[in-house]
Amino acid sequence: MLDKNGIAKRIAREVKDGFYVNLGIGIPTLVANYVRDDIEVEFQSENGVLGMGPFPFEGEEDADIINAGKQTITTLKGASFFDSALSFSMIRGQHVDLTILGAMEVAENGDIANWKIPGKMVKGMGGAMDLVASAENIIVAMMHTNRAGQSKLLKRCTLPLTGVGCVTKIVTNLAVLEVTENGFKLLERAPGVTVDEIKAATEGKLEIPDEVPEMILA
Amino acid sequence: MITKTVDSVSEALQGVKDNMMMMLGGFGLSGIPENAIAHLVKLNVKGLTCISNNAGVDDFGLGLLLQKKQIKKMISSYVGENAEFERQMLSGELDVELIPQGTLAERCRAAQAGFPAIYTPAGYGTEVAQGKETREFDGKMYVLEHAFKADFAFIKAWKGDTAGNLIFKGTARNFNPVMCGAATVTVAEVEELLPAGELDPNQIHIPGVFVQRIFEGKNYEKRIEQRTVRKR
Repeated sequence: MLDKNGIAKRIAREVKDGFYVNLGIGIPTLVANYVRDDIEVEFQSENGVLGMGPFPFEGEEDADIINAGKQTITTLKGASFFDSALSFSMIRGQHVDLTILGAMEVAENGDIANWKIPGKMVKGMGGAMDLVASAENIIVAMMHTNRAGQSKLLKRCTLPLTGVGCVTKIVTNLAVLEVTENGFKLLERAPGVTVDEIKAATEGKLEIPDEVPEMILA
Repeated sequence: MITKTVDSVSEALQGVKDNMMMMLGGFGLSGIPENAIAHLVKLNVKGLTCISNNAGVDDFGLGLLLQKKQIKKMISSYVGENAEFERQMLSGELDVELIPQGTLAERCRAAQAGFPAIYTPAGYGTEVAQGKETREFDGKMYVLEHAFKADFAFIKAWKGDTAGNLIFKGTARNFNPVMCGAATVTVAEVEELLPAGELDPNQIHIPGVFVQRIFEGKNYEKRIEQRTVRKR
C-alpha cells in the first residue's frame, strides 16, 4: 500500500517530456518532487504563472509571486506571468497537457466530486470545474477509501459533482485504474496489494484483466 | 493628453454608494486594492455585492469589510481561510454565489470586451449550471454565463502613468487586468505613479482607455498568506 508520497511518485511517471502540467492542491502538489530530472516540464498555476519553481529561500519570499495555494514560490528560466482569463484560456483551450487533482469521489463513468459536502462549510470550487471540464488528460490522485473505510470509487457519485464524464485515470494508495466504457479498468497494483483487496475496496464496476502487474515507482 | 490622475483615494472613490456592485482584483491577498478597501471601510458603505476571487482573511483584505458587515453578497470561486465569513455565511447574513474561477474571469472579461455572455464547458452537469441555458457545440455541452454589470472595479497595479496605463507584477496580476473597464468606473491604484511617457508603450499590460481614475497608493502591506520557504 502506498502513502501520499508513493501516489505522487507513481503519478510522476505519467509526466512526459515537453508537458505543461497543472497540479492541484494536496497530493498533486507532491508530484513535482518526483518528476525525472532528464525531462523538461513546465508547471502551471492557475492564478497566473507558467514555469513554477521550488519554494524560495528564506528571506527571498515575494508577496507578488505565489501559486494557487497562496504559497510563496519562485519561477524558473522561461517562466511567464499572465492574467486569470489567459490562464483559463490555457486550461479550457487544452493547451495544458496534463491536469492532476484530488477527489472525494469518482464514479465508474468518469464523474468527479471534489468541492462540496452538503451540510459542511463550502469553500468553493476554485478552478477545479474549469480544469475538469476541459482537460483531455485528467489524473485523479486520492486514497482508495475514506477514513471510514468506504470506497471512493463508486457506481455514481453521491456528493455534488465537479464535472461529468471527465476523469481518465486514477492513482490511489492501492491501484492505478483507467476509466473506460466498462467502468474502472485495473491497470496496476500497489506493492504488496492483492487484486482481491482492490476489488473489496472498489464499489464501482471493476474490470480485472488477466494480468495486473505491480506498480513501478522508481 | 488625457489625464486620469486623481489626488487621493477619497477622490478616486467619489460616487461609491450603498448597495453597489463592486469588482475587486486580487488572488488571495496578492494584488488586492489595499487602499480602496481601506477607504470603503472608512466610508462605511453597506449592502455591497463584491465580485472577487476570494474574500480575504479575517483581519485583512475583504475580511475588513466583512467585519463591519458592509457586504451583502460575495461572488467568488474560493472563500476559505476566513472565520467571520464562515459565520456570516452559515447564519444567512451573507449571500454567497460560488462560481468556477475561469468563469469568474471570463464574466469580467466579457463585460470588458462588450460580450453580453459567453459559453463555457465549466460546470456543465453540476449545480452551477442549474437553471442556466446550455447548448451543444461539436458534440460537447456548454453553459451560458452572463457578463457582470458592476458599478466600480478596484484594481491594483505595480506601475502606472497619468494616462492610466498599467503594468502588473508577478502573480499580483491575476484578476486585475480582466476587471479593467469591466465596470462603469475603473479605479486603479498603483505602487508607483509616473508621468505619461515614462512607461515603455511596448510593456503596457492595460491601456489607459480602460481606466477612469488612477492614484498612487500608500502603505502597502502586501501580506503573505502562506509563507513557504526552503532551506539554503
